[in-house]
Amino acid sequence: MNNCIYLDNNATTKIDEDVLAAMLPYLSTYYGNPSSMHTFGGQVGRAVREARSQVASLLGAEDSEIIFTSCGTEGDNAAILAALKAQPNKKHIITTEVEHPAILNLCRKLERDGYTVTYLSVNNKGQIDFNELEASLTGNTAVVSVMYANNETGVIFPIEQIGQLVKEYGALFHVDAVQAVGKIPLDMKTSTIDLLTLSGHKIHAPKGIGALYVRKGVRFRPLLIGGHQERGRRGGTENVAGIVALGKAAELAEQHLMGIGWEKMLRDKLEQGILNTIPNTVINGDPTNRLPNTTNIGFKYIEGEAILLSLDQYGICASSGSACTSGSLEPSHVLRALGLPYSVLHGSIRFSLSRFTTETEIDRVLEILPGIIDRLRSLSPFNSDDADWLKEQEEAVLAR
Amino acid sequence: MWDYTDKVMEHFHNPRNQGKITEKQEGEEIVTGQVGSIACGDALKLHLKIDEASQTIKDARFQTFGCASAIASSSALTELLKGRKVEEALTLTNKEIAESLGGLPEEKMHCSVMGQEALEAAIYTYKGIPLDTHEEDEGNIICRCFAITDTKIKRIIRENNLTTAEQVTNYVKAGGGCSSCLPDIDDLLAEITTEKEKSVEVATEVWTNSNSPVTESAPTTKPLTNLQKITLIQRVIDEEIRPVLAEDGGDMELFDVEGDVVKVILKGACSGCASSTETLKIAIEATLKDRVLPTLTVESV
Repeated sequence: MNNCIYLDNNATTKIDEDVLAAMLPYLSTYYGNPSSMHTFGGQVGRAVREARSQVASLLGAEDSEIIFTSCGTEGDNAAILAALKAQPNKKHIITTEVEHPAILNLCRKLERDGYTVTYLSVNNKGQIDFNELEASLTGNTAVVSVMYANNETGVIFPIEQIGQLVKEYGALFHVDAVQAVGKIPLDMKTSTIDLLTLSGHKIHAPKGIGALYVRKGVRFRPLLIGGHQERGRRGGTENVAGIVALGKAAELAEQHLMGIGWEKMLRDKLEQGILNTIPNTVINGDPTNRLPNTTNIGFKYIEGEAILLSLDQYGICASSGSACTSGSLEPSHVLRALGLPYSVLHGSIRFSLSRFTTETEIDRVLEILPGIIDRLRSLSPFNSDDADWLKEQEEAVLAR
Repeated sequence: MWDYTDKVMEHFHNPRNQGKITEKQEGEEIVTGQVGSIACGDALKLHLKIDEASQTIKDARFQTFGCASAIASSSALTELLKGRKVEEALTLTNKEIAESLGGLPEEKMHCSVMGQEALEAAIYTYKGIPLDTHEEDEGNIICRCFAITDTKIKRIIRENNLTTAEQVTNYVKAGGGCSSCLPDIDDLLAEITTEKEKSVEVATEVWTNSNSPVTESAPTTKPLTNLQKITLIQRVIDEEIRPVLAEDGGDMELFDVEGDVVKVILKGACSGCASSTETLKIAIEATLKDRVLPTLTVESV
């Protein structure tokens, strides 16, 4: 399964060959500890410093504002908990219904610990309502945590507008930018963001490395308490190879931002091709404010897992927010928050591209997909000639 | 990724008997059973062609909205049904469907349950039993997200010997939505455990009593006349079996004797409970075999 057509880049990405080449020596020759007082360790420390600069450059941040972490989840947890510790008298958190579980489940845990959490709703395009945000903000709000772009739909939130409002109420602003980094230009110098999470494996670095941006001046207390690493803000000997890889990946991502239009062109080709050749399909989420690499398409009347396993037969990798794929019995919380009808919800497929996606691959998907959808629809009891049952059911759902 | 058996994948990629049944001959009837909904994420329409004279399923076809294992379960079900007698088909359990596919991941067992339910719905329709008076819809709704009653949850617990609420979720989805009914499912599980312990107790008592010399009428070498046989059966039931059942709020009645088949009606706490019915039937049968005739069998009607 090496020659697959990989359109699941929001789940994880292929390690760039240059990234792998950059990190490998730190798994063999240069195994020193960056904290050591000898040249052997010192040269490793230099590599870590360089990587920090590379990540800072991608974000338009200062080197000292970057803390290396193990993953996006760690970044999210460290950021929220630090924001709360920095303002012990404030007991309110604002986030959205469509966040990653790293935020949502942490917030639910904090509710049990006595915090109040507002989960902002989204409209059918996946966008929040500014009035609801403003009405929720109070002097008691410690932190507002909003994702930059949604992993499932690719919908981009108007981060700076949100940040303006957050600042008026004196709260800290955390942004989970795991899906946005490398796909949207970011500049912390002109931003309202106080804390920003990113993850390596979404930008062609390996799994197990991430970073947290902490604006200079924000009181940051560590999640992992230990040695003096990361200026005492994250204890634990550095994952040097991972850090070097993340640095290189950040450098490449910055270069690639210029070529992101190509990715968008391929995404649009895929999307338009599907809409033109397969009836009863819809784009989920805001079609305009969206990541250039992501499309989430609802194929009515059929179920997502069946589509994925059919695509898998041809080596095409995608993902779905359907209930059956996740092991939970409810379809994705993100798609539900958009209020999509059930006929669309269960048959939603996400295709996410990367800079390695080729036009030949997109053409191949467009060639194969109509047959798959057609076969599954012919198996389904909910096609046009049986519309009565479907109608009956949709009415029942509305009545519930 | 799910750990599906090759058989599941084979049925998914090459489903048997998909579609509807449109043509029938004289003396055949076509019925449909439908379960699930688009909201739940899976739904099945099962079509059966039944030969009226022989009461045999001549053809079975399906239309399924759902994941790979839902499609495979439907396909396997139609294969299992063809050629079966209607009465036989009604005894088919979700377990048999899953086993015919070499097993399903536990989280996907509800796909096999859906198959069994569609089958039941089709046969009920055929027999003219209105579906809305189906006992499973009569119970109390436990899981509001998926509209599942206690009656149904209890049946699935019994049939599959489930012990945890998580298993119940995997089999019938109950508790898989907002999860607020999980404590109620725990209660149902506890109820069934108690019930099982009780029926084992009753059965043991019936068994023990039947081995003690309460009546003097031991099996005779001379063949009993029909009248003698029925009288003796009635006496053993009245003197030995009913007093034991009464202790647990149960009762029974002799309905008929046809040859060596003793037809009984279970009442009170004994009725309406699949597992205790079975245990009791065995215990009653053992007593009658011992006290009256070794060739007797018991049927609960």
